[in-house]
Amino acid sequence: MVDNRYDTSRTMRTPLARAKGLGAAGHGADHWWLHRMTAVSNVPLVIAFVIIVASLAGSSYEQAVAIVSHPLVAIVLILAIISVTNHMRLGIQIPIEDYVHDKGWKLAALIANNFYAVLIAVACLWAILKISFGRVI
Amino acid sequence: MANTKAPAPRPLSPHLQIYRWTWTMTMSIFHRVTGGALYVGISLLAIWLVALASGPQAFDAVQGFFGSPFGLLILIGYTWTLMHHMLGGVRHLVWDFGHGMEPGQRFAMARFTLIGSITLTLLIWVGAYFLR
Repeated sequence: MVDNRYDTSRTMRTPLARAKGLGAAGHGADHWWLHRMTAVSNVPLVIAFVIIVASLAGSSYEQAVAIVSHPLVAIVLILAIISVTNHMRLGIQIPIEDYVHDKGWKLAALIANNFYAVLIAVACLWAILKISFGRVI
Repeated sequence: MANTKAPAPRPLSPHLQIYRWTWTMTMSIFHRVTGGALYVGISLLAIWLVALASGPQAFDAVQGFFGSPFGLLILIGYTWTLMHHMLGGVRHLVWDFGHGMEPGQRFAMARFTLIGSITLTLLIWVGAYFLR
């Protein structure tokens, strides 16, 4: 995000120093690595999510509460939400950095992206926990 | 230092329209577009969950919408988008390990992404229909 690139015609610092400064984004491979790690965790969690949603299709309120509040379902859903919201936050950051060239708009878009991902995560987690804690096993 | 030379003009690479359209280019674009659609569409899951947590009245309204023909169309579309992005992601993970880079392999993988995502979507919805 921070533009720490050097104009090599004006500075003695070498490209190696730039690489050591963790590159153009200033974050090194952290973004790339967390994106891949959440991609891997998404695969089993999304498959489980699809099965859960299929079992919820056309259900009544009582049936839906019973399914979502089941400990195994709730825990898998919580894991899926954490993994997916992180993955989508990292994912959308890439086209923003690729296509939004104006620094002000880029900053605004990156902030909005983070706010949106956190909003989705908190809304989903709040709902799952509220439904789960209301259940007396 | 005031009169430093302007940087030498760099050779320009030809832009997209120069190249013959390929499966891998199409699937690359699909991967970004499906990712963006999933990013927007996950708000529907948040709405559904918050409605469920809010009580029967809110839930019935939201569930009624998803049960309508338009709601079902959105859900089927979302299923395909999710499956396509998932298979596209697996393709990228294979590439991250340095495999499947040869022309025949990467075109086959790109085609498989589309065929696989449509097949999985059909299986999920036919399965959900018969499990009713």
